Amino acid sequence: MSERVMMKGNEALAEGAIRAGCRFFFGYPITPQNEIPEYMSRRMPQVEGTFLQAESEVSAINMVYGAGAAGARVMTSSSSPGISLKMEGLSYLAGSEIPCLIANIQRGGPGLGGLAPSQSDYFQATKGGGHGDYHAIVLAPNSVQEMADMPGLGFVLADRYRTQVIILSDAILGQMMEPLTLPEMGFPGPVEKPWATTGAAGRPKNIINSLGLLGEELYAINLRLQEKYGRISAAEVRWEEENTADADLVVVAYGTTSRIVKSAAALARAEGQRVGLFRPLTLWPFPSEALAGLAEAGKHFLVAEMSAGQMVEDVRLAVNGKTPVALFGKLNGIIPTVREIYAVIKENCAVAKDGAA
Amino acid sequence: MNKVFARSAGLTETALSYCPGCTHGIVHRLVAECLEELSLREKTIGVAPVGCAVTAYKFFNCDMQQAAHGRAPAVATGIKRVLPDRTVFTYQGDGDLASIGMAEIVHAAARGEKITVIFINNAIYGMTGGQMAPTTLAGQITTTSPTGRDPEKVGHPIRVCELLSSLQGVAFLARVSTHDPKHVGLAKAAIKKAFQTQEAKQGFALVEVLSTCPTNWGLSPIESLKWLEDKMIPYYPLATFKQPEEVTAVGS
Repeated sequence: MSERVMMKGNEALAEGAIRAGCRFFFGYPITPQNEIPEYMSRRMPQVEGTFLQAESEVSAINMVYGAGAAGARVMTSSSSPGISLKMEGLSYLAGSEIPCLIANIQRGGPGLGGLAPSQSDYFQATKGGGHGDYHAIVLAPNSVQEMADMPGLGFVLADRYRTQVIILSDAILGQMMEPLTLPEMGFPGPVEKPWATTGAAGRPKNIINSLGLLGEELYAINLRLQEKYGRISAAEVRWEEENTADADLVVVAYGTTSRIVKSAAALARAEGQRVGLFRPLTLWPFPSEALAGLAEAGKHFLVAEMSAGQMVEDVRLAVNGKTPVALFGKLNGIIPTVREIYAVIKENCAVAKDGAA
Repeated sequence: MNKVFARSAGLTETALSYCPGCTHGIVHRLVAECLEELSLREKTIGVAPVGCAVTAYKFFNCDMQQAAHGRAPAVATGIKRVLPDRTVFTYQGDGDLASIGMAEIVHAAARGEKITVIFINNAIYGMTGGQMAPTTLAGQITTTSPTGRDPEKVGHPIRVCELLSSLQGVAFLARVSTHDPKHVGLAKAAIKKAFQTQEAKQGFALVEVLSTCPTNWGLSPIESLKWLEDKMIPYYPLATFKQPEEVTAVGS
């Protein structure tokens, strides 16, 4: 019997991770994600798991490195300034191919920024963020339900590809309460990790390493990584579409913004505007082909995000100049309203209709 | 013919990459012998640093992880928390442990993480070409203190053992040297105790090994051993700063 509960997004994410078999959490306090480590600190002992508050974000991500490389299902969470501190670790995790989960409950930046929700860590999450050529799989929830569900998917993908998975959320999703159905305990099940460093009893030694001092060694590491990223891009793109079939204008949004856009688009639809919604669930790999198909069909685009315009670059790359791509980028500090997005939708629908006529 | 000397089972066949006269090779051998003699090799995960020992993952014949600069104690914490019945050690230099990784080592020690830390103090950055380390002696010339370390401007060298000795999580803490065979023997005894401390789950264990860097000190290997003895030991006194009560009882 599935369990229907009312929970805060941050706690739902923590419980979702535990139900997905995460038994090790290393983190550091930062608002607006404190409910995650707090929840883990009381919940982990109940499932014989380990919660450890690290001395810094840097140490927390390196504890994740050690634990993940020892074969554990492990995660950390933080918010934007803390995620910046973890970037060195993310680069090493990528180079050493260590499966793990990192949740970023985004707040405003740059610098110390503010506590209000933001989507301005999109570049950092989807383009690598640390040094070197690498990607993390980036999942973007837009409800408390998905905050609970995405850790399970994240661990499946992390183990399948020996890669780090980022859940790119924000302060609203972390702080708000919604009813949800909790995922079943125990999915996904444990997987064999013959590469893990667990002590070389009766087998050759295992090495977890990202160093390739000789040129050919490093080249081989990068070839292997790029081949893997190619496989992920081919198989793991996820998105949702709503009312795009007859749409003149497709609004592209993820996370909290996609919820606001949904309400705004409903208002516009009620007035007879032909507007659709396209929501990437994976921000990397990005649903470029699906967007290219919509552009091929002549649809115009509006990208709505809580940043000066970051995801819009990926949409423009996908659309490749075939049709116009407009941007509604709300700068960090203020949350966009349904009314203002509705106004922009209306304006862009008019342009799109003219274009179609 | 009897074999009188052999490679320790704790080391791989890979040739060490250290400079002639550098004592890293001796310390590798000591760690490897301890792993072998205590039958720990097949249950050990070592953590290599960034620095001259970055490729230690190739040399130690046990499972190894390579960590970011200074982060080995945090990485080791993650491993040990997942695998509490395994043996976990880090092998770190002075730049790695006492400069960029100071937070990680202090907090791993404060938490009493049941890991063993082998800390190589050679008073200089070796891998990057001889820059000033947190342990560079006052007046010592390096490529970033070309007129000699001036404590008025850059502070005094850090005595890591003395710094860590106030922390309750630390169970075993010793400073040893490699400048002559007698001290190499004492160094091995300390390293063995540091692993035994971990096996007995008594807490955090660290052995600081005074070591040489002929290449970057600009001295011959023999002069380097002499310099270590004459210059380093007076500032970094050899001592056992802390040891578990049980070990003390056995020794007394």
